[in-house]
Amino acid sequence: MTGSPHPPGPKFLLLQGHLELGSGLGRSNSWTCCPCISQKSPLQTIGEEQTQNPYTELLVLKAHHDIVRFLVQLDEYRFASAGDDGIVVVWNAQTGEKLLELNGHTQKITAIITFPPLEVCEEKNQLILTASADRTVIVWDCDTGRQVQKVSCFQSTVKCLIVLQRLDIWLSGGNDLCVWNRKLDLLCKTSHLSDTGISALIEIPKNCVVAAVGKELIIFRLVTPTGESLEWDILEIKRLLDHQDNILSLVNVNDLSFVTGSHVGEMIIWNILDWTVQARECNFWDPSPQLDTQQEIKLCQKPNDISIHHFTWDEENVFAAVGRGLYVYNLQMKRVIACQKTAHDSSVLHIAKLPNRQLISCSEDGSVRIWELREKQQLAAEPVPTGFFNMWGFGRVNKQASQPVKKQQENAPPCSLELIGDLIGHSSSVEMFLYFEDHGLVTCSADHLIILWKNGERESGLRSLKLFQKLEENGDLHLAV
Amino acid sequence: MISAPDVVAFTKEEEYEEEPYNEPALPEEYSVPLFPFASQGANPWSKLSGAKFSRDFILISEFSEQVGPQPLLTIPNDTKVFGTFDLNYFSLRIMSVDYQASFVGHPPGSAYPKLNFVEDSKVVLGDSKEGAFAYVHHLTLYDLEARGFVRPFCMAYISADQHKIMQQFQELSAEFSKASECLKTGNRKAFAGELEKKLKDLDYTRTVLHTETEIQKKANDKGFYSSQAIEKANELASVEKSIIEHQDLLKQILSYPHRKSKGSALCSAETEHAQDQADQVATTSNPDESADADLYTCRPAYTPKLIKAKSTKCFDKKLKTLEELCDTEYFTQTLAQLSHIEHMFRGDLCYLLTSQIDRALLKQQHITNFLFEDFVEVDDRMVEKQESAPPKPSPGRPPSRSLDECPIPQVFISVGSYKSSVESVPIKMEQELGDEEYKEVEVTELSSFDPQENLDCLDMDMKGSISSGESIEVLGTEKSTSVLSKSDSQASLTVPLSPQVVRSKAVSHRTISEDSIEVLSTCPSEALIPDDFKASYPSAINEEESYADDSEGAIHFQASISPPELGEAEEGSLENTLSQTDSSCCIGKESDSLRVPLSTPAPTHSDPDGVVSSPPQRYRQKDQGFHVDFAGENASPSRDNSSEGFPAFELDPSRLLASRDVSKTSLDNYSDTTSNMSSIASTSSDRTPSSAHPTGPSSERHKKRAGQNALKFIRQYPFAHPAIYSLLSGRTLVVLGEDEAIVRKLVTALSIFVPNHSRHAKPVKHWVSSPLHITDFQKWKLIGLQRVTSPAGAGTLHTLSRYSRYTSILDLDSKTLRCPLYRGALVPRLADHRTHIKRGSTYYLHVQSVLTQLCSKAFLYTFCHHLHLPAHDRETEELLASRRASFLKLNLGLVNEDMKVVQYLAELLKLHYVQEPPGTGHPTLRFDYVPSFLYKI
Repeated sequence: MTGSPHPPGPKFLLLQGHLELGSGLGRSNSWTCCPCISQKSPLQTIGEEQTQNPYTELLVLKAHHDIVRFLVQLDEYRFASAGDDGIVVVWNAQTGEKLLELNGHTQKITAIITFPPLEVCEEKNQLILTASADRTVIVWDCDTGRQVQKVSCFQSTVKCLIVLQRLDIWLSGGNDLCVWNRKLDLLCKTSHLSDTGISALIEIPKNCVVAAVGKELIIFRLVTPTGESLEWDILEIKRLLDHQDNILSLVNVNDLSFVTGSHVGEMIIWNILDWTVQARECNFWDPSPQLDTQQEIKLCQKPNDISIHHFTWDEENVFAAVGRGLYVYNLQMKRVIACQKTAHDSSVLHIAKLPNRQLISCSEDGSVRIWELREKQQLAAEPVPTGFFNMWGFGRVNKQASQPVKKQQENAPPCSLELIGDLIGHSSSVEMFLYFEDHGLVTCSADHLIILWKNGERESGLRSLKLFQKLEENGDLHLAV
Repeated sequence: MISAPDVVAFTKEEEYEEEPYNEPALPEEYSVPLFPFASQGANPWSKLSGAKFSRDFILISEFSEQVGPQPLLTIPNDTKVFGTFDLNYFSLRIMSVDYQASFVGHPPGSAYPKLNFVEDSKVVLGDSKEGAFAYVHHLTLYDLEARGFVRPFCMAYISADQHKIMQQFQELSAEFSKASECLKTGNRKAFAGELEKKLKDLDYTRTVLHTETEIQKKANDKGFYSSQAIEKANELASVEKSIIEHQDLLKQILSYPHRKSKGSALCSAETEHAQDQADQVATTSNPDESADADLYTCRPAYTPKLIKAKSTKCFDKKLKTLEELCDTEYFTQTLAQLSHIEHMFRGDLCYLLTSQIDRALLKQQHITNFLFEDFVEVDDRMVEKQESAPPKPSPGRPPSRSLDECPIPQVFISVGSYKSSVESVPIKMEQELGDEEYKEVEVTELSSFDPQENLDCLDMDMKGSISSGESIEVLGTEKSTSVLSKSDSQASLTVPLSPQVVRSKAVSHRTISEDSIEVLSTCPSEALIPDDFKASYPSAINEEESYADDSEGAIHFQASISPPELGEAEEGSLENTLSQTDSSCCIGKESDSLRVPLSTPAPTHSDPDGVVSSPPQRYRQKDQGFHVDFAGENASPSRDNSSEGFPAFELDPSRLLASRDVSKTSLDNYSDTTSNMSSIASTSSDRTPSSAHPTGPSSERHKKRAGQNALKFIRQYPFAHPAIYSLLSGRTLVVLGEDEAIVRKLVTALSIFVPNHSRHAKPVKHWVSSPLHITDFQKWKLIGLQRVTSPAGAGTLHTLSRYSRYTSILDLDSKTLRCPLYRGALVPRLADHRTHIKRGSTYYLHVQSVLTQLCSKAFLYTFCHHLHLPAHDRETEELLASRRASFLKLNLGLVNEDMKVVQYLAELLKLHYVQEPPGTGHPTLRFDYVPSFLYKI
């Protein structure tokens, strides 16, 4: 993955809500985990009873001394974490064991990516590339912890990395775009592009890459060596100027399109082959005044409430983290089919789609939430108690709660995102998370911690298995006949 | 006929109600005399009331060649302890039974004096007149200046309780052997040093004499020797002889440690340690003081002087003190060991026995005992012991436990039990044998020993002591614990003296005679009792049968608590028998395996005599050891064995006792007068309130206080149950309050309910004032949190509310509790606010017993294979889950939330078992998404 810009500095939680625990103890019967509920915020909350939340066990991993910003999966059971302290730590996702600590960077790490071994290559070791603010890129062997190679000839900080496995090369994006081979020879580079630098890079067909530079999208084509010339080259093909503000996120959606999101909430879906706009969705920041919006703004002081930080996708939908909310955009219907305008207390930083129609989001408010995309039953679309399900639809629901049900149905999206669980553990902004099918969820945060969330029941079973295996190893297991 | 006092007593109560103050005084002649010792604070049950000393003590005496028997020192060194007890008189008594056949001199056929490395003798004797009974440990130290080079000493453990001495004989013997070995090791070094000095002197003298002779020879050319010259020549010759003799002695003494100390190794580690220390001392200070093995041969600092060849045995010279004899280093160590012994055996016999049983049983639960037991104490002691005295030959140990396990306060020395002790520690024995080559031959001929010889020996002994006509009762004697062959052959010693017979004899004797010697029993340490002997002694058999009842009870108990067997056996039989409660699922199978040995004597591998019918409890013991291996909860059987080798009491009842004393003086604030009274009444033997003991951290007092405070908590707060449930189910309980002392006190009290994660740390944090973090919940299961009213405290409260799903919060200031609902049946049993238990320590024990029961359930649940793994591939996870649920409900009898407790404990067990090495893994924070409720008073 490429390093996308994240808000710098630790964002410790705003301590909101009533802080009188003693009296709270005396009064309320059931506590809510969100401090905002007492403010009558529209934030959807879930009580302490979360039957669908499988994560009933957690393991806190401590190794970093500063914000942990990046997590990359290495294989089925390992992942690496990196952050502002410049170290990379390799972990075992099953046991939480710290496998390796890679020291080499002197400043914070700005991008990390895995470089899978070549099929034909003898050397099967998994490599990782890390770029740092000290203007170096280091290649690590994450099986041995060895520093394979280090490049320090950069003019600027590398902000994103991308590997084109097909060509066995990798690209680094800073103020310019450089192309490297596996041996870390510089193959070719572009001229200086911008002072802000490339914020995101993706690969698209026909040996092309898309770079997000400020408001622009630039399409480059790689010229590979042919029979005639052995030289590599990179050529700028096109600049796309459709965004009105800085592009924060850029992802491939499928073979046909890629999607970009900007700071002011524009989402554009592009044709991946001819780079034309397929669809555009800009009304995330619907200005219609909501009852609570005033309060929220006062409280949260978030001008960038609608910047699009992250995308994820599946076959049908693109999921966008827009400000504090979550939106589901259907590619076929070309419309938002479900949304949670205030899914979190503050900006959603990372989202991921799980196979089982579940969506996980993490936010600066320090929580991780698990959502489920559900078809809304039309018949059940009756006015729901305000303050609970009042945030679906495109606004005005609150104001027009008395409107006929029919009208609401027209406006209302056909699906809904239901909160099925939240994970409270970090005391500060959750920067990113990784989902392991077998081992659960790994979250990293500005509180320097990594938390491994596990399915307690499954872990219990695994431990039993281990126990009986050990018994058997010791020759102590005698099965009854 | 109804007498006047009866009438009064009968009518008194009614009158008392009406006119409490108008009670007619009882006529003087009818009044019951008060208990004569009441004024001294003694209770009628105290056996000590007749004795002249206030509690047990250790006496070291010497049979001085100058003044005869004399007491040297007592431990504790406090005149209050032995009071008016006549130490001189008692020294005389105990020294007079010294068997010491030790013989130094010129044995026939030997040209030089031979050092006899005599074994210590151990005798139990009583003085009914004085009300004193003693375990007496005789030993001999070498002194070049003493007659025959030997100085007889003895160490005596003196108690007013005869049963205590008899029942703790093995332990006493083992412990005193350690002390003795330490003394002797030091003594050998000192003796060798002395010999070397003497040799140097002699050498020097020889040189001088030689020179003088030469001069005389030269001066005298008349062809005949002057008388002076002849005298010189004679002197020279005697010096030469003396040198040879002393060299021989030195060789003997130096050769000893190599063949002996390794084998016995009673304090080999200590010895090594001491040697290290001695080395250091030697390099820094006067080398004469530090006798080190390496320094035997080089003593440059010593200046030889001219001496007389013939040593003068004069009575006016001052004999060396014990400290001089043994090297200060070793002497101090010995004193430490002795005071350790004193602590160890302090207190009532019942108490000692119970705690020994307790420890022994606990050790068998090595899978689960980390959960709730005071591992720190146990473990530290274990480690300490392993370090300080590793290969301890403890043939005397396991039998001691068998003795202990028969909690009848009666004198019996079950000789047969010693036999099985030999069986149960084969590894140790082998080791011992291997090292003691010089005894190997005898050992291999175990079965062919000649009883007659020993009988003679015994006869001699007994005659000697019986005929002395003093009021000494030799209750038991014992030869060395470390010499297998000897003790083995001593089996025959016991032949004419069945314990039962002797005991009754002793009793009868004592009732008749004031001044007579009663030999109650001789007690060979690890004697093997021949089969035929048992057959010929119905009384002994009867006795054993009576044990069988007890041990049956023990077996039952064991069957219901011993996890390894249950876990092992459960698989097949679970389905059928599980309808019984608790662990009964396996009892069917289990009891079979237990009872077989009871009825048929099991042949054992190290049994030289073939079949031995030992007391059943021994088999039980063995059976368990066997089961441990079989069930394989223990990865290394040898480790298990070694741990069994340690006597139970090494886990330290003394410590308990010590603190018990303390707790008596510093009775808890909350204990009411009733408990105060009862605590006084319940301690019979150990009456003196002793202040702080060096070895006893306040664990017992802690327990007592914790129990008391827990009891108070339970009575005071109606929501104690959900709070305790939180602790048991691994949900962190935060005790919130402003007053640190109150919070700490409650946290300490509640910590008795907190399951441990490993043996190394209790997950309890007594006092925190900073905001809590997620890692705190992972690490701590009980936290005392400061409530700060200042704005800074807001953060603390905020995080608390943020992490509320991981915690239960007990607010001491507003007296509220916020935690999940509890509807189980377990906690009410554990913490009944209407309980009649009044004393903290009693409540603590109650909690321990309930929790132990709980542990066994958790164990069962954890180690049931079919509950966690599918029996075949087609079984789904759902089926397993339902099977688990029904097991918990139907078989373990758990309802509602109790299941979660067992499940949590099971997870801890799994983690602990799987981890390599145990206790090192990451603790995970487990939690449930369950709603919390607020409880108020």
